Amino acid sequence: MCDGAECGDGSGCGDGTGRRRQRVGNGTKPRPCVKCGQGRAVVVIRIGDAFCRACFHEYFVHKFRAMLGKNRVIFPGEKVLLALSGGMGSSAMLRQVQEGLSREAAKRLRFVPGVIYIDEGAVCGQSLEQREQTLSRIEALLQETGFPYYLASLEQALELPGSILRRGPGGGSEPGPSYKSAVDGFIQQRRQEEAGGDGGSLAAGLSTQHGPIGDSHTCLPAAARTEELLRLFDSAETLTAKEELLQMLRSHLVLHTARTQGYTKVMTGESCTRVAVKLLTNLALGRGAFLAMDTGFVDSRHGDVIVVRPMRDYMAKEIAFYNHFFGVPTVITPPLQAKRREKTSIHRLMENFLLGLQVDFPSTISTVYRTGEKLSLAPAEANSEQQRCLLCLCALDIAGEEELALEPTLVKDTENGAESRAAFIPLLCYSCRLTFKEMVRIWGGSPGTGARARCPQCPLSCRVPQPRCQPTCALKLSAGAAGRGQAGEVPSLRYEGSAASCR
Amino acid sequence: MAAPVSLQVEFGGGAELLFDGVKKHQVTLPSQPEPWDIRNLLKWIKQNLLKEKPELFMQGESVRPGILVLINDADWELMGELDYKLQDQDNVLFISTLHGG
Repeated sequence: MCDGAECGDGSGCGDGTGRRRQRVGNGTKPRPCVKCGQGRAVVVIRIGDAFCRACFHEYFVHKFRAMLGKNRVIFPGEKVLLALSGGMGSSAMLRQVQEGLSREAAKRLRFVPGVIYIDEGAVCGQSLEQREQTLSRIEALLQETGFPYYLASLEQALELPGSILRRGPGGGSEPGPSYKSAVDGFIQQRRQEEAGGDGGSLAAGLSTQHGPIGDSHTCLPAAARTEELLRLFDSAETLTAKEELLQMLRSHLVLHTARTQGYTKVMTGESCTRVAVKLLTNLALGRGAFLAMDTGFVDSRHGDVIVVRPMRDYMAKEIAFYNHFFGVPTVITPPLQAKRREKTSIHRLMENFLLGLQVDFPSTISTVYRTGEKLSLAPAEANSEQQRCLLCLCALDIAGEEELALEPTLVKDTENGAESRAAFIPLLCYSCRLTFKEMVRIWGGSPGTGARARCPQCPLSCRVPQPRCQPTCALKLSAGAAGRGQAGEVPSLRYEGSAASCR
Repeated sequence: MAAPVSLQVEFGGGAELLFDGVKKHQVTLPSQPEPWDIRNLLKWIKQNLLKEKPELFMQGESVRPGILVLINDADWELMGELDYKLQDQDNVLFISTLHGG
C-alpha cells in the first residue's frame, strides 16, 4: 500500500532497489497513531508507521517476549547472566527483564537473572575518579533492580585461567528435556510449592554484590594491573585490533563469571543496528565463516554457557526512544579512542556506511539483518571435535599452510621472540591471526628497526623494507620520536595514512 | 523579523561529550529576518555550543546519521525534520545512538 507521499508498508518496500525515503509529516497537523488511531503519534517505527506512546510501549514489550518465546532456549528456572554495558541496548534489556519478571504469574518470565558490569575505563582513557564515579552510578542502578550483580574490571581478564580458552562440556551427548516438558515440569513444581505453603517466590528485594574473583567490595584494580592492560592495548597498532581485543577480553570475562557462578545463559543487548554493522564488519575482518555464531540469536561456541541476543530485533532508534520515554537509566562511557583522529577502525567505518545509507534507504539495516537471519551453522560446526581457534573458539578455517598470503610470515620469522609468536599462529583462525600479528611489541621482539622495518599492517605481508609500502598500502613510515630512548624501549612505529587502506 | 526564541536544547546518549558533558542548555536565539527552523538552529549550535569535532555531530546541513532528534518529545520525522519552525519554549533533544568518534 504505497501511495505517492508515504511508504505505508511496514515490512519494507517490495521493489528491490529500495525506495528512497519520503517525508512522513510536516508537523502542522498532528498525526494519529496508526495502531489505535487515537493517541498523538510520537515516534516513527520502520517506514511510515507512527505510533503513540502507549502503543509503542506495548509493541516494544511484546517484541521482547515474542523473541524469547519464539526461540525457546531459555528454560524455566534457569540462571541467566545479563551483560550490562551501561549503554542503551543493555539497559533496555535489563528493564525488559525487570518488567517481565514482575507480571502476574501466568505471563511471568521464568528465569533467574543476575547482572554483570565490566569497567573498561582504563582502556577508554578515563581517570580513576571518573571510573569510581561511573561504578557508583552503576551500583546504585543495580541495587535498585534487586538482582544479584557482579562488578568486574577489564584488568581481571588478565588473571583468567587458561581453561577459559577451552570449550566447556555440554550440548551434545544426551539431549536435555524438551522445552515443553521443562515448562510443564516447572509449573507442576510451582503448584506443589504453593500448595505446601512454601510460597517460594524469586528472591527479589535482596540484592547482593559479588566479585567474580572473590572480593566483596567495589574497588579499582591495582595500578600495576592497569598498566599491564594498557601495555597490551598499546601493542595493538590499529584501532580495529584494539576493538577486537576488547571484545575478546570482555567476552572471556563474562564467560568466566558465568561459569564460576553457575549461570548457563548470558544475554547481551545488541540491537538490530549493531548486529547488522557487526555482520558486515566481520565479513571485512575475515570472519565470514562464523557470521551465524557472531550475529545469530544463539551463540553456542563455548558449549556449557550459551550467549543469547534478545534485543537483536530492535532498531537502535526504537531502543533510544523507549529509554527516553520510559525513563530507563543509562550510564554512557566514552568509547575506545584512536591515537589520532583520522585513524578509525573497520567497525566505525562500517557503522558510518550503514547508517549513512539508512538515511536515504530506510530498509537497509533490516535487509542486512534479515539476510543474516538466513545464515545458520554449517552441520560441521556442530561437531565439537573439530579443531577450534584458540581465541574465538570458532572452527579453524585455514586448511593447511598453503595459503600464499600467510606463508611468508610463518617461514621467515627468525627474529628474537618470533618463534614463540609463530607457534601460536597455527592455532588461530584467519581473523584472530591478523589481530595477533599486530601485537608484536608485547613479545619483547620488535618488528625491526629503522631500515629493516617492514609494513606489518599489510595483510599480504609485503616485506618491502622501505618507507613506502606499495601498491596496496599508502603508508608513510616515520621512525617517530621514541627512538631507543628510555630504558631500552622499543621504538614505536607511527603510521600516517588513510584508514581506507589496510586496517 | 522573527522575535528572539528561547529553547531548551538537550543532549543524550553520548552526544553530551561533545558539549563539555553538559546535557541541558537553555538557549535564546537572537532575532533575525528569517524565522528560526532546525536547519538554522543546527548552524547556530555548530557556531556557539559545539566545542570540538563538529563532524561527529553534523554532516552537511543536517545531523550525522545515527543521531536522533526529538522536538517536544516527538520524532522530528513527524514534525518536518529540518524545516520545522521553532516556537518559543520548545524542547529539542539530540540522542546519539553511535559508538562514538
